[in-house]
Amino acid sequence: MTTTTTEAVSAYTPSSETLGAVLARADRPKRPSALSASLTFGWRAMLKIKHVPEQLFDVTAFPIIMTLMFTYLFGGALAGSTSEYLQFFLPGIMVTSVVMITMYTGVGLNTDIEKGVFDRFRTLPVWRPAALVGMIFGDVLRYILAATTIMAVGLILGFRPEGGVLGVIGGMGLLVVFSFAFSWIWTMFGLFLRSEKSVMGVSMLVLFPLTFLSNVFVDPSTMPGWLQAFVNVNPVSHLVSAIRSIMSGSPDMSEITWTLIASAALVAVFGTLTMRLYNRK
Amino acid sequence: MDAPAIETAGLIKTFGDNRAVDGVDLTVPPGTVYGLLGPNGAGKTTVVRMLATLLRPDGGAARVFGHDVVREADAVRSRVSLTGQYASVDEDLTGAENLVLLARLLGHSKAQARARADQLLAAFGLTEAADRQVKKYSGGMRRRIDIGASILNTPDLLFLDEPTTGLDPRSRNQVWDIVRIVVANGTTVLLTTQYLDEADQLAARIAVIDHGKVIAEGTPGQLKSSIGAGTIHVRLRDAARRPEAERILAEVLGTTVQQDADPVALSARAEAGGSEQGAAELASRALGRLASAGIVVDDFSLGQPSLDEVFLALTDREVAA
Repeated sequence: MTTTTTEAVSAYTPSSETLGAVLARADRPKRPSALSASLTFGWRAMLKIKHVPEQLFDVTAFPIIMTLMFTYLFGGALAGSTSEYLQFFLPGIMVTSVVMITMYTGVGLNTDIEKGVFDRFRTLPVWRPAALVGMIFGDVLRYILAATTIMAVGLILGFRPEGGVLGVIGGMGLLVVFSFAFSWIWTMFGLFLRSEKSVMGVSMLVLFPLTFLSNVFVDPSTMPGWLQAFVNVNPVSHLVSAIRSIMSGSPDMSEITWTLIASAALVAVFGTLTMRLYNRK
Repeated sequence: MDAPAIETAGLIKTFGDNRAVDGVDLTVPPGTVYGLLGPNGAGKTTVVRMLATLLRPDGGAARVFGHDVVREADAVRSRVSLTGQYASVDEDLTGAENLVLLARLLGHSKAQARARADQLLAAFGLTEAADRQVKKYSGGMRRRIDIGASILNTPDLLFLDEPTTGLDPRSRNQVWDIVRIVVANGTTVLLTTQYLDEADQLAARIAVIDHGKVIAEGTPGQLKSSIGAGTIHVRLRDAARRPEAERILAEVLGTTVQQDADPVALSARAEAGGSEQGAAELASRALGRLASAGIVVDDFSLGQPSLDEVFLALTDREVAA
């Protein structure tokens, strides 16, 4: 092995001494904790972003376009001016964009699980959900990036949150918590559906009503009663109200509590279903 | 180690109407290579996936070193490693990253993981390729990083699912050498293959599997002699005597005799057929008849049947039954 050509590499001859040394039975390290295993899987997600940085396009360009498009489309008509509308609209479009981005968790898992590497992960003696939790940890970073991008665009366009830096960080924090919980819906579909395309299709079917039939774009008081009924139970509406209240400097505890309860329920239901599918796959 | 490395009883797995594995009984002694031989779709991979805790059996039981693969899955997982049919490493990551990732998941500290990865990369001749993405590796290198990843913690049982499918002969020989070294160091290997020479080369015992059932089991030698067929090659001194020799051989062996391109050569399958006689006995009788007819034989050989012949004979029998 003196040169760096591939020929030198393929001229490899297994040696019983070096391989024997590698195979010597040493004491096995202790099995990693659930958190440590999840973080290691999160590191895998980071490495994937490092090797394929183009995948960050959807968490930067898409949110910018969403924000610009709807601010200028609705701003004048709904609130008299775009900067006026932004004060109402920015937390909502941030939620819409990030919640929509969560679907890539399902798409990513669906393509990832078909590869042989998941067979290896599933034969490791580690906490079972770690591979999926770690994957979503990686996605959380993407959510933070998307939320930050939108906030930056909003601030440039004239969004002025009264809650200040703490309010903004708090609001984004709540969004990330909810999105983490919401991602488990997609891990379930990612495992359950056969192809990447069907995951996309189902995602759209769920996401469009959930984000548009909410208080993101307009005040629901002008909607027909039956629609108001849906909007009022839609967890996205509660999340948006909670974030608006936090960013405006007067946190609404009941909305925040509702959002946290919804998040816990999402993890409990869809996390459990996901792990059932994962173990049976 | 008292318990067998693998013990299955009546193992069943169905996918819809298809009984992929239909009552498989296996006993694999520790410290050897055990071959699961069969064509595509025979159920080999399904058996491996159940033993590796990836699939739940629908019936029967399977134990690995005495641990039930369903109820004690974690105990099984801590003693086995799997190298799947497709590279069981992350193709987007580099070779080094893959090994560090898996070492960390097995509980090694960052420094230990890095050291172990370097050691493995060196042992598998991949130091130069350490920082290249696995998707840019050649088939042979991919196999090596895959096996390397399987022995991060030296497993007691290693599943190798068709480890040489699609490899060039040189890479295949490298994998064979690696397997021999791994077994010599005390790891039991369950090898699935559709290549009969591979099972013959590596395995101490072989189970031939077809349509989800074990249709024969034994050492490679036992399997071959159970068929009792070999090919007899005869070279005569005098080409003119060939037709006569052909008639005698056909009579004694009870099969058709082939005239080879060489004008003094004949070959025929010595098939025990219905009788109890072995191929060698038949061959020696044939030689005796040739000698008493005054036909001089310059050269004679009785080839062992290849595992290919064994396999075809066994599956034909299945079809006939």
